[in-house]
Amino acid sequence: MARSARRELADLLSAKEMIVVCGSGGTGKTTIAAALGAQAAAVVGGRVLVLTVDPARRLASALGLESFGNSVVQVPPQAFADAGQECRGELWVAMLDTKAGWDELIRRHAPDAALRDTVLANPLYQNITGRFVNSHDYLAMEQLYDLHSAGQYDLVVIDTPPSRNALDLLDAPGRMREFFGSRLLKWLTVPYRSRLFTVASKPFYQIADRILGSRFLQDIAEFFVLFQTMERGFVARAKEVERLLTDDATAFVVVTTLEAAPTREARFLAEELQQRRMPLGAMVLNRTLPADVRQPAAAKAAAALGQVADDAAATERLATLAGAQADAVQHVLAEVAVRFRDVAIIAGREAERRRELESLVPLTAVVPTLAADVHDLAGLLAIGRHLLGDGSR
Amino acid sequence: MTGLLDRELLFVSGKGGTGKTSIAAALADLAVRQGKRTLVCEMDAKGALAAAFEVRALSFHASEVQPGLFGMVMNTEDSLKEYLRLFIRIPLVGRIGPLARTFDFVADAAPGVKEILAIGKLCHEVRERHYDLVIVDAEASGHIVAQIDAPRAIRELVQVGMVRDQTDWMLEILGDSRRTGLVVVATPEEMPVIETIELVEKVQRTTDVDVAAVIANRVLPQWFSSTDAKVFQSLLAPEAQAALAAAAGAKVATVFQAASLAQARREVAVEYLGRLRKGVPAAVPLLLVPELFTRSGGRRVVSLLADALHDELIDAGGAS
Repeated sequence: MARSARRELADLLSAKEMIVVCGSGGTGKTTIAAALGAQAAAVVGGRVLVLTVDPARRLASALGLESFGNSVVQVPPQAFADAGQECRGELWVAMLDTKAGWDELIRRHAPDAALRDTVLANPLYQNITGRFVNSHDYLAMEQLYDLHSAGQYDLVVIDTPPSRNALDLLDAPGRMREFFGSRLLKWLTVPYRSRLFTVASKPFYQIADRILGSRFLQDIAEFFVLFQTMERGFVARAKEVERLLTDDATAFVVVTTLEAAPTREARFLAEELQQRRMPLGAMVLNRTLPADVRQPAAAKAAAALGQVADDAAATERLATLAGAQADAVQHVLAEVAVRFRDVAIIAGREAERRRELESLVPLTAVVPTLAADVHDLAGLLAIGRHLLGDGSR
Repeated sequence: MTGLLDRELLFVSGKGGTGKTSIAAALADLAVRQGKRTLVCEMDAKGALAAAFEVRALSFHASEVQPGLFGMVMNTEDSLKEYLRLFIRIPLVGRIGPLARTFDFVADAAPGVKEILAIGKLCHEVRERHYDLVIVDAEASGHIVAQIDAPRAIRELVQVGMVRDQTDWMLEILGDSRRTGLVVVATPEEMPVIETIELVEKVQRTTDVDVAAVIANRVLPQWFSSTDAKVFQSLLAPEAQAALAAAAGAKVATVFQAASLAQARREVAVEYLGRLRKGVPAAVPLLLVPELFTRSGGRRVVSLLADALHDELIDAGGAS
């Protein structure tokens, strides 16, 4: 990647206070979020927090995230030294825990202890919080807000939950706010008897009652009567969380690979962010093939290798150099020559999609496909260097 | 074991990015080749299924994308309207003003409502025998259990009412391994393999739905046998590289670099395939589908994947 792109991304991370890393599933969001955070701590400095959702076990334990819960732990400076990287700042990590997050919200917004305990003990509570208004997405944004407003970190990088739809994440705070103002909630929380006589809701009520049964509706209604007592707190927060997403201090980073479906989704996401006036800071093109694979000279060399394979004298010489059988050398060279075409086809396709995305986004960063998966800080920092450089400007 | 495509309802799930939609489309393509009237339903309405079949857009109302092959996307509101029309015989459902606007909120708030409407529509298609096979491009691994287990969850939560009464026949279809199966798609990488093992375990432990197969998708080809791999390594030594560069040009280094990368990725993939096989009960067949280098999407890929699946199903034993 060009040196200037690295510098620009480093600038972005020093200018912004919150980075929301999003993109479709399987593109390496979690790893990129952690790599951005680690490298920012190392070369930009300051206190950096990475809030992650569902990291691979080995990576989680390498970062010291042994247990779930909303606790924040620091990656020891010694770990950076062991990975051969000087660290100017501090790296902190935490894992998002939806259930604990919801309980925390209830504790905060409940008007009194009795109500708080009633809600927490309600059998529908868990079921409902687990599903409605895309609670994972809302929680992720809520935690980001919380961590940022606590003022303890210079930069918070958040990895986002695997959504059915990446847009759910962006719309989650708005939906939460709307939910409390909705006719449904009002209707559900009207006393049961008078609900029968509310003309506007009558047809709806009749249908719902026939389908779901009045008992179930009543259970839900009771729960929401409790829930509504927390309306003010929830709505106020949701508004602030929503504002955070368009804040100057926030930038989105979209992660994608250059395969067909993720590219399509990344493009869609970039356009939707723009429409919502949410700042798209950069797009990370992850797991790309080395660019020189596409050079005509490389294709020529591959073809020439095929000819070398057919040249008995040449393979004999190489066999002596390599300490192998001549026919094995011949076979290997022929295979390398043929298979290289497959690699070049993919690289060509990637280049095409890359151009397409680059025309949409002001800043793109490239991370090459690696020989092995990333399981430790050293691996994250290696990716981080691809993204931000090594700090020598 | 009942052959995979001899069932009537197949859910295709897996971690995001593993190629669920392509595999669902390929299974459908294969079923149609066997003369089965087949419906494929995309659950998350991202448009990936339409892209796979190279059609403009699919809607809740199934359309024939090629002879014998039908496509649709799930929409719970349409499903509710159809349900009301068919079972409660409420005329002019569309005229009920508040319904559409309020529905989303009800469905969000009341546990399991969205899921039951979706699964209800699918089971309805199976029960009415509109198709020989219904293939569902289902929710990703994080959401699939809530989806397929919705009828049971509803039974536990809802004491009376029509929805409860409707769950019996759905459970009968879903719990019958001759009729219904779940296919989990993974790629040979760390997170997809871990999620697949966990999902299979969870489905077997908590639901009555049979895990019909695990499909390892995008398996990189083996470039070299183990003896050839050693020769390849020795050709990476400086003297050999110098000789090769002299014979074929300086960019030989790039070619070998690409080969090294492919070889390393293949070794990682083999390790994860081993873990996948070990982590999933032996009774569940594991089918391998290779990485395709020819095209990146559309009908051609669906057809190539179907070819690969066909070969694997024959290997797996009389399944096709």
